[in-house]
Amino acid sequence: MHPILKLLVQRIALGLLLLLAASVLIFVGTTVLPGDVAQNILGQGATPQALENLRQQLGMNDPAHVRYFNWLGGVLQGDLGTALTNGQDIATSMGQRLGNTLFLAFWAAVVSVPLAIGLGLIAVRYRNRWPDKVISTITLATVSVPEFLLGYIAIFILSVQFRALPSLAMINESMSLGEQLYAISLPVLVLVLTVLGHMMRMTRAAILNVMQSAYIETAELKGLAPFTIIYRHAFPNAIAPVVNVVMLNLAYLVVGVVVVEVVFVYPGMGQYLVDHVAKRDVPVVQACGLVFAAVYIGMNIIADVVSILANPRLRHPK
Amino acid sequence: MRIPIAALIGLIFTGAYFLAAIFAGLLAPYGMAEIVGDVWEPASAEHWLGTDSIGRDLLSRMIWGGQTTIFVATAATILSFTLGSILGFIAAVRGGWVDQLLSRGVDLMMSIPSLISALVVLSVMPVTLPVLILVMGLLDATRVFRLSRAVAVDIAVMDYVEAARLRGEKQTWIIFREILPNALSPLVAEMGLRFIFSVLFISTLSFLGLGVQPPLADWGGIVKENKEGIVYGIPAALIPAVAIATLAISVNLVADWVLNRTTSLKGGRGG
Repeated sequence: MHPILKLLVQRIALGLLLLLAASVLIFVGTTVLPGDVAQNILGQGATPQALENLRQQLGMNDPAHVRYFNWLGGVLQGDLGTALTNGQDIATSMGQRLGNTLFLAFWAAVVSVPLAIGLGLIAVRYRNRWPDKVISTITLATVSVPEFLLGYIAIFILSVQFRALPSLAMINESMSLGEQLYAISLPVLVLVLTVLGHMMRMTRAAILNVMQSAYIETAELKGLAPFTIIYRHAFPNAIAPVVNVVMLNLAYLVVGVVVVEVVFVYPGMGQYLVDHVAKRDVPVVQACGLVFAAVYIGMNIIADVVSILANPRLRHPK
Repeated sequence: MRIPIAALIGLIFTGAYFLAAIFAGLLAPYGMAEIVGDVWEPASAEHWLGTDSIGRDLLSRMIWGGQTTIFVATAATILSFTLGSILGFIAAVRGGWVDQLLSRGVDLMMSIPSLISALVVLSVMPVTLPVLILVMGLLDATRVFRLSRAVAVDIAVMDYVEAARLRGEKQTWIIFREILPNALSPLVAEMGLRFIFSVLFISTLSFLGLGVQPPLADWGGIVKENKEGIVYGIPAALIPAVAIATLAISVNLVADWVLNRTTSLKGGRGG
């Protein structure tokens, strides 16, 4: 087997193992913690009969490992269980919402990735001069404010003062793509601002690291223009770290979505999760937690795979 | 020793926030949950920042809220540092299966985003201040563990640690007398960043309604209580943004300074 293929298979297998372990962690986090789950869900005033019924419904009377394997078996067959609060099938109510969340995250990524890389390049080109300092200051300001507050600041300025963009991101299938994009413009803006800072700073650091190598000095000495040096010599060698940075931030995007969805009342996974945490609907929380963990771990696997593929030292083994 | 101007500004603001948090009872013009006026009154001489969604004085809410937010974040940071750095040092000094067990456990915990882990755990636990501090501290300890283990692994191979081992010192001596003093500076700088992360985290949880519970004030909760005013052009919900951002930036400035100072110390010149 080609060594690079072996490396990839190892990495993916490790990721799947990690996902399995994460599912154990989520299950343990919701059921084996100290305290009576049924009591916590129903509150202090619950009658013993109601507690017993809920325990029966949750399968609390079985030992923990039996419940775990029942749950995992169901998940593997696409059965995420039923919600306690309304008795609906979780997989069906989640499907559309997951699509909506990925739609939002996708457009945020489409805007933020080129922007972050472009700003990173400019910051490196004009290092320690005013464009670099302006970019650094603005990105420091955006990472110092939590997402939900950025959201309300954007609503306050753009939809209340200037009445330019909608403050609620309601979308449905009957809308055209243009209408949908208009509806999600503010949440996309907020998500872009939250990931832009980190992504741009890490891109800048990765390219600066490459810029200190001897071959860059050679290129400078033979008289190449600064931007030519960056995109012909520095950028190809910085691809692996930059892709890594981008994927890690996209993974973060999927989490940042949770809060932004609540701000803009967007019908996605984050809203679904937060609503059901407040209602203490354990099966829904477990299912959402597992989906978020799967997306996050998946993004991290892709980041590693790309950096393995982009590393020429690994492509041509001795 | 000259303190650079940026770090000085950072120190002054950070100090002011902590003092305001400690002496909230003396500073706040009104009580925490005292209804003193109309709904969403604009700023005036009696109410410097106006009033909130049910007519409480916003300035007082912000000061009391700062106390809760800073208290929870500080407690979580102390917990995560104590736990994370001690376990990190133990992993580095012991090596072998202890290191493997701790490191793989931390990898696993970090494979789920911390906000999601917190939401999952809070769905079955009662949402009280001790539980919040415990959950945030445990989740944050993973990052401290990674840093302190990495720093301690470098230190553990130094000659003076070897010398201490050879003279028969116990493990606790090696951890607290040999490694800790030398690992302190990067850890202190990291502590600033972790504290800011905790402030953002508790604010986010409170905003989602899963953190500090009313009538107790905190910065995230103030946003949640006043968010309906935004669409009518009432900026009450945006005031915590100013507080959080200035606190975050000033702590960052101090942390940068501490980090820069220690890197120049390592070089042996200037400083």
